[in-house]
Order: sequence, then C-alpha cells, then structure tokens
Amino acid sequence: MLSPKKGAGLIAALMLTTASYANAETLRLLTWGSYAPEELVQKFQEKYPDITVEVTFSNNEEMIAKLRATGGAGFDLAQPSHDRIYSAQLEYDIYKPMDLSKINTDVMEDSHLNGVKANTTIDGEVYAVPHQWGTSGLMANKAVAPDFKGWGDLCDPKYAGKTSMRLKRTILLGTAYSMGEDPFAAYSDLDKYQALLDRVADKLIECKANIKAYWKGGDDLSAMMLSGEVVASETWDSTAYKLYGQNKDIVFVPPETGALAWIDTFALPRKGKADDAAYKWINFVLEPENVTIMSGSTGAIAAVKGGLDMLPEDKKEAVTAAFTDADIANLKFFANIPPGVEDMEGKTLEKIKAATE
Amino acid sequence: MQSDIKRLSLILLFAPFALWIVLLIILPHLGMVVLSLREKVAPRVYEFGFGNYIDFINEPIYWNTLLRTGSMSILVTILALLIGFPIAYYIAKIAGRRSRGALFLLCLIPLWVSDLIRAFGWILLLRETGVFSSFLQWSGMVSEPIEFLYNDITVVMGLVYTVILFMIVPLVSTLDGMDDAMVEAGYNLGGNGFTVLRRIIVPYAMPGIVSGCIVVFMMTAGSYLTPILLGGKNSSWFTEQIYDQFITRFNWESGAAFGFLLLAFTSLVVWLGLKLSGQTLANTVAKS
Repeated sequence: MLSPKKGAGLIAALMLTTASYANAETLRLLTWGSYAPEELVQKFQEKYPDITVEVTFSNNEEMIAKLRATGGAGFDLAQPSHDRIYSAQLEYDIYKPMDLSKINTDVMEDSHLNGVKANTTIDGEVYAVPHQWGTSGLMANKAVAPDFKGWGDLCDPKYAGKTSMRLKRTILLGTAYSMGEDPFAAYSDLDKYQALLDRVADKLIECKANIKAYWKGGDDLSAMMLSGEVVASETWDSTAYKLYGQNKDIVFVPPETGALAWIDTFALPRKGKADDAAYKWINFVLEPENVTIMSGSTGAIAAVKGGLDMLPEDKKEAVTAAFTDADIANLKFFANIPPGVEDMEGKTLEKIKAATE
Repeated sequence: MQSDIKRLSLILLFAPFALWIVLLIILPHLGMVVLSLREKVAPRVYEFGFGNYIDFINEPIYWNTLLRTGSMSILVTILALLIGFPIAYYIAKIAGRRSRGALFLLCLIPLWVSDLIRAFGWILLLRETGVFSSFLQWSGMVSEPIEFLYNDITVVMGLVYTVILFMIVPLVSTLDGMDDAMVEAGYNLGGNGFTVLRRIIVPYAMPGIVSGCIVVFMMTAGSYLTPILLGGKNSSWFTEQIYDQFITRFNWESGAAFGFLLLAFTSLVVWLGLKLSGQTLANTVAKS
C-alpha cells in the first residue's frame, strides 16, 4: 500500500510530467551512447528552458529498425551514419528533408558537409548533415606486436589465438581492402561484389583458427585488450583512444590500406514533431565550447572546421599518436549501402560464423 | 438472476486474461504470420508467398543452427533434470521444516540478479585471466593460463545454471505432496533404493518432471544473452539468427518466418517428448 506521502509525491510527479508536456516542447533524441552527455543536455535546457530533452541510446541498425517500426514516428532527431540514410529512406521512407537554411552550416568542415550532402540527396532534397566523424581500424599492443599494420595481420600465425574482430560488415570491407580490392567500387555491380564477398569469406574462415573470439561490444573488447588476452584487434578508434588513456602501449593503428571512416549525421525522422527544437540542438552542439564537451564524451572528432583542435587534450594526444597526415589523407569513407547489400553481407557473415575450422 | 450474476462475475474475472491473450499474444502473432508471408521483390514492393520459409529450407546454415539449438536445449533440459531432481527431493523430503525455506531461498537468490549480470559473472570466473585460471596457475596445477570461456560446454553450463530453478520449483511442489508412507511401503515390500525410485518416486513426480522439462526446454531454446555472451567463434544460436534478420539485415519478413519456425520446432519437440514418454498435458502439467 502506498503511504500518503509517497502517494502525494507520485501525484505531484504525474502533474509535473503533464505540466511539462503542456507548456514545453520535448526533443526526443535517438542517438549513440555517449552522444548526449548529461552536461550538454543540462546546458541546452538552461539555454532553452521550454525544451525538455529525452535521449534514447541506440546504434545504426536499431535506429533504423525503431524508425521503420513506426514509419518515422516517436523521435524528433536521429543520428545514423552517413551511409545509412539513402537506402533506408528509399526502402522505408523514415526521414524527412532538412531545411539547411536553419542550420549553421558555415561552421562545418566543407569536405564532410559536401560528402554527406552528396550521399544523402534524394530527388534534390538533402536528408542529413554531418555531426562527428571517426574511423574503424585496428589497435595493437605495441609492446608485444610492434609491426602490426594491416587488416591481414589479424590472420598472421605469429599472433595465433591472440587477435580479435567483430563479425560485422567492417571486417568484410577491411579484408577486401587487404586483398587489394576496392569493395565500395564493387557496390555498383552486385554480382561482382558477391564474388568478392565469397573470396573474403574464404579468407576469414581460414583465419578463424587465429582468432581468439569475436568481440561483441566495446566492453568485452576492452577487457580482452587490457588483460593482454589479445594483442591486436579490429576496433573503433574511440575504444582504442580510451584504452590508450589506461595503457600507453595500446594504440590505434590505421591499416596500411586506409582506415574506414564514418560520419555520424543528424537526420529528421519523418513524423518528428519538434523540428525547431531539433535544429536548435544541432546548432547548439556545433558551438565550439560544446564541441569539446561532446568530443570528450564520444571520442569522435566533430565535423566542424578545426574539429581536431577542439578535442580535449588527452584525446588529441591519442589521435596524434595514431594518425599521420598521410593516414588522414588515406581515409576510406564508407560508401552508401545500395539496397540488397545488407542481405548479401549478412549471409556472408552467417557463413563465416557457421563454418567450423 | 443468480445465474446472471455468476456469469457476469465469470466474465469479469476472465476478461483480463482474455484481453492479455488476445491483445498481447494472438494479435501480434497474427501480424507476424502476415509479415512472414510477404516476399520482398523491390524496395517498398512486397508480394504474398512462402519465399521466406523456402529460403530457410534451402539454406543449410539456418536449419543446422535450429537443430543445434534444439539438441543443445535438450541436453540442457536433461542436465537440469538430473541435477535438479536430487536437490528438489532433498528440499521436499529430507530437509527439516525450517531449513526447507532457507534452501528454497538459496535456489531463488540467483534469480534476483539479471541474466546479463550472471553471464558477466561467469565471464569473470572463466576467462583466460579470470579467477579459475589464475587459481589453477597459483596452485601449480597448470603452468599456462587456460581459456574456459567461448565454447559450447560453457554455454551449456551457463544455461543450466540459468534455468535450473524452473526445474526445481515444480519438482518440489509435486514431491511435497507425496506421502512418505508410500516410500516406506516400497521398502517394506522388498524394493531396493533404485526400484523405489523407479516404481514409486519418479511416477509420482511425473507431472512435475514434465512441466519442469517443458518450461526449461522452451526457456533454453528461446534464450539469447547466455549463448551470445558465453559462446565462442562457432556457436550460433537460433535466436541470434532471428535478431540478425530483424535488426542487422532489416529483413523483418524472414525474421518473422524464423520466429514461427522456432515456435513450431519447439512445440514439435515438446509433443514428441510427451508421446515418447507416454504422457499427456492433461495428466501432467494440468496437475502439477
């Protein structure tokens, strides 16, 4: 039974929620873990007292699945990666076009802005703008694996039982590059891409004996790497930067064929109800001092002019330890995923998982 | 008049259950049936057909995973029964009145912690740099670190640990109702321990065994976290396959078909189990 005090508190809480719904706008954000640090949310709500921010953490696939389930309702701003806009929009119609005049695009790095625009324009309408970028590549413990430099080294018998990877599309693409192919170029001819995927699968099945385990999230990867159970792994750069903070021997290694780069974007769900609040949030997080707070939380670099310099000191150190200018010039940006490719890649991954050594 | 009130109260009592079944079980499943019978021919274009089920039959990876999931779940069920039966017997028949509650509580305590935390607990114990491996090295029994994690044995063990309570509870409640005099009579008539177990205790406990096995088997075949987190490079689980279809491949149609295949398969296994053991739902589960 509720005590009268608790009951009163409950009623008060209920009234508060209804009150906030009545007066204020709610910005429902669908984004990545760490992409809405509490500090920034507080700051934003102080600046715009009539907007309440609700955050849902997710990932690319789940964001699309969530929006698809409702036809683009339930959220006001989503942050999928730049390669997840075009085909998702074509297939499921879950986003609405953006009004670029409401966004402070001047502060954005031109190459990223133009790249994202080119990737996400359908019938002359732009569906996304860039927010932050980062890379997928390798990390190695330099104390025990000093010569680690390419995707193929994960399968080097020298490191037998001491490497790890995530069984997702990144490793398929990386392995294709290490075999001297350009998987993104093959997207235009799906038969050719299937043939390439088959060869990649053979290579990764052969490699299976060399792998200790496939990691599933940043936490188990970190644990394996820090304990020394694995000496090198495929990774997100932000995970590697975090580990660098704890062990200076663990560095991010951009593969010699080029690290795979992604840009997380801002996109408006088709049935979003608070577009103005969404535009306010976008402009807010692109302000220089907020960029530093955001990057400190995410470990990713903001797609604004001078974004690298706006990183907090420790992250900047980790990035400069990992990347040379040549590595940056050699980045391979994820290309738009054409309809059907997800299925082909999914089948290939299943084949690799099911294969016995 | 009297009968009207009776009928009304019956309807009112039955309504929440009926609503629950219809709104949360039957309707969503009908939606899934429709979904699973749609074939994608082009973006935003679908056709009616059995393509998703035919894909399943044509792809050995899928039905191998389903068979693997099924056989490992049966193994888990058998192990849970073998381990759970003596525990249940001890709690129901041998332990004193007061320690019985305490023992039961001990079995319950792991359930207060979520699946995820329990799986991470196993990971901490079993990993190469984990507690067991370090202990074995410290005690000098092995010289190299050993990896206990990432194999099928770990998965089976983790699953047994997760589900065993659901075997123990129905067993305790059936065994509890058994009159000790029956066991005594068995011995008096010259039966040895094994005969008494086979001819008296097991038949009496059958309703509990059957319902325990059904619950455990269904839970295991439908579990997701434990096999994913503890499993190794080769250990696919069918629920993972369903998740992949829905989430990473955006293929809801075939995910829905897979969901139904899992439901059909587990129902078939339960039906076969009942047939082979000569039991029916009516005189086991309904009684326990």
